Amino acid sequence: MANHHDTHDHHDGAHAHHDEGWFKKYFWSTDHKIIGFQYMFTGMLLALLGAFMAYVFRMQLAFPGQAVPGWGVVSPGQYNMLITNHGSIMIFWVAMPVLIAGFGNYIIPLMIGADDMVFPRLNRLSYQLFFVSVLLLIASLVVQNGGFGGAWTAYPPLSANKDFNLTPLGSSLWLGAVAVEFVAFLLGGINFIVTAMNARAPGMKAFDVPIVVWTIVIASILFMASVGPLVAGAVMLLFDQLLGTSFFNPNRGGDPILWQHLFWFFGHPEVYVVLLPAMGIVAEVMTVFARKKLFAYKTVIYTIVATGVLSFFVWAHHQFVAGIDPRMANVFTVTTVLISIPIAEMCFVYIATLYGGSITLSTPMLWALAFMAEFMLGGVTGIYLGSSGADIFFHDTYFVVAHFHYTFFPIAIIAVMSGITYWFPKMFGRHMNDFWGKVHFWGTIIPFNGIFIPLFVLGAAGEHRRIFDYHSFPHLATPELQSLRIIATVSLVVMLAFQPVFLVNYIVSMFRGPKADKNPWKANTLEWTADSPPPHGNWAELPNCYRGPYEYSVEGRELDYWPQNEKA
Amino acid sequence: MKPIATTRSSMNIATGKLAVWWVLVSEIVIFGGVLGSYIMNRIAHVEWGEQASHTNTWAGAFNTFVLLTSSLFAVLAHQAAEKHDGKKAAQYLYYTCFGGLIFLIVKSFEWAHEIREGFVIQSGGFWGYYYVAAGLHGFHVLAGMLVMLWVADSAKKNQDLHRVENVGLYWHFVDIVWIFLFPLLYIAK
Ligand code: HEM
Ligand SMILES: [Cu+2]
Repeated sequence: MANHHDTHDHHDGAHAHHDEGWFKKYFWSTDHKIIGFQYMFTGMLLALLGAFMAYVFRMQLAFPGQAVPGWGVVSPGQYNMLITNHGSIMIFWVAMPVLIAGFGNYIIPLMIGADDMVFPRLNRLSYQLFFVSVLLLIASLVVQNGGFGGAWTAYPPLSANKDFNLTPLGSSLWLGAVAVEFVAFLLGGINFIVTAMNARAPGMKAFDVPIVVWTIVIASILFMASVGPLVAGAVMLLFDQLLGTSFFNPNRGGDPILWQHLFWFFGHPEVYVVLLPAMGIVAEVMTVFARKKLFAYKTVIYTIVATGVLSFFVWAHHQFVAGIDPRMANVFTVTTVLISIPIAEMCFVYIATLYGGSITLSTPMLWALAFMAEFMLGGVTGIYLGSSGADIFFHDTYFVVAHFHYTFFPIAIIAVMSGITYWFPKMFGRHMNDFWGKVHFWGTIIPFNGIFIPLFVLGAAGEHRRIFDYHSFPHLATPELQSLRIIATVSLVVMLAFQPVFLVNYIVSMFRGPKADKNPWKANTLEWTADSPPPHGNWAELPNCYRGPYEYSVEGRELDYWPQNEKA
Repeated sequence: MKPIATTRSSMNIATGKLAVWWVLVSEIVIFGGVLGSYIMNRIAHVEWGEQASHTNTWAGAFNTFVLLTSSLFAVLAHQAAEKHDGKKAAQYLYYTCFGGLIFLIVKSFEWAHEIREGFVIQSGGFWGYYYVAAGLHGFHVLAGMLVMLWVADSAKKNQDLHRVENVGLYWHFVDIVWIFLFPLLYIAK
């Protein structure tokens, strides 16, 4: 290969990599797009596993004691294992890799007009570590005595002591998997942040950067700034498990509540780590399909930063019943209610963006609108939980489960679907089928509400969230409550039945879909100026940037869009 | 072929240096988590003071001195690198590493002594944190030394001299962490 990479307009990027083997191209690549796909596909595969787990334990709750098709009779230990790993997988191995690592890797360099990340090999290492964490996770499920069953929050002493959790190997492997994964995302995050800071196209100022890049970068900073104590905590918990230390063992002077602090000091910012990129994707989609400038671009960025800062001061709202000082509970109630202000503001900004726009209800836009509507329900119910008095009742009921699914599902599924259907033409150079896309949309959204609205009711009726069979609790085993459980489970099965529609549409369109040109949605951001799909190196000649990303329907212009790289 | 992205510098700060700063941010919160937990517990448990009195303050003080001196060499290495004197920079980096080595040797004598006395990580209370905090720090010293040897190796050939400053930044951080650990683990009794 010629050694003239320091000239600005080199051309060999596009065809320099043809002769590489399949393995090298797809598994040993340092190309940000391939690494993005690696993360995305791994995450989507694990989503199938997580969904299967949900199916099994929901069947057990609706029809307790009966054999579940595809699994058999669920034992109490298996039930705990399924719940625990469903949660862990969906947050750590689906939301994080798909939303942040997947989209982040794919779109950041393209959107800022760069040919790759600033640390391509670090990027590859990040995925490889992530892959190791997946192997550890899978191993933790199949080892002797079964997988870890102490909930995704892994509270000690249950998680720390094998005499309590009965899964010595499973617990430690699970913990190891989570820890390795954190390291992978730390490496990836540093890469994202530095790339967005330093590798922008000539002329692209900070306030010319698309919102989704801002949100992914700020999310990476939040992750980095919150995960440290939990990394330390994970090491301490691992020592408690393996060496018999007593950091969290109350019998020997340890403090189990300390783990809760370390976990939630990370855990709450983590919900914003996944929320922010989702909001970013939705902002891109909404502006394009409403043909309008994003309302108050700069204010949105300040709001994101404010949300990020505030998210470090709300964590103890997960511990209102853990015996924290009631005066502290008051403080955390106030901060929790405060943080709903910037989030509500973002929602208003998005509505203002839609207002008066010429809206196209394409599949990505439907997902984006659904994100707003559904997430709002999640956010609003959070205010009840954030009020420490009300939470004494609601804590650890299905009300909480419904609350966080109304936040996480819009984030990890709805916004991701919006992003996948929006960037699909760029990623594969072909269009997905819009009709089947909409069938999948309605087939997912309607059952989603069918699953979780009953859970709000069940939770308000006092259904505790960690019970395997409600028959032992007569007041919870009434036919009315049981029929709500059945509605939820049937809705889940319906929702799962619609997912092959997406998978088939996705895979068939990848190879057979109608060809897409460079800029099928008539969007402004730089990724749409590269070929679809972009070659290795993204552009033959890297673009310059002349304006902000949301100049849609500018008065006095013939076209209703104005690409960032167009000179005048 | 190096991507053009790796050569850009929109912020006018070298990419490597920016990355080191972000690494340090993530390190600060890791150590912050350990030390925050330790301090809160320490305040709640007066009896930990008695346990802490078994640590060897003089060994800790000597190690503080060693690390500070090694940091001075890291600064001299940076200065030499600024003057494009790679040979000298490498020389100073070796001195810095040597400081790290002495630090670790002293540390292992301390630990061997304490373990013989029966104060192990399972002893609970103070000792758990003592071994975790100092162990995590020692691990960082070791990692820093390895990276420094690698940087010195290319600096000798006058290559990648900007890395001398980056590894120095990291070393100062490791040093500063010790400045916190020393009073918390050795002096407060
Ligand atoms: C940004 C999206 C959000 C996500 C992803 C999210 C996620 C979660 C999760 C995972 C839990 C369950 C914790 C557990 O395992 O017990 C939870 C509980 C909680 N959430 Fe949210 N949440 C979000 C927004 C909010 C908002 C806006 C508020 C308040 C204004 C809020 C307040 C709470 C409270 C107080 C709890 C604790 C309930 C309890 O455990 O008793 N959340 N949330
Ligand atoms: Cu929270």
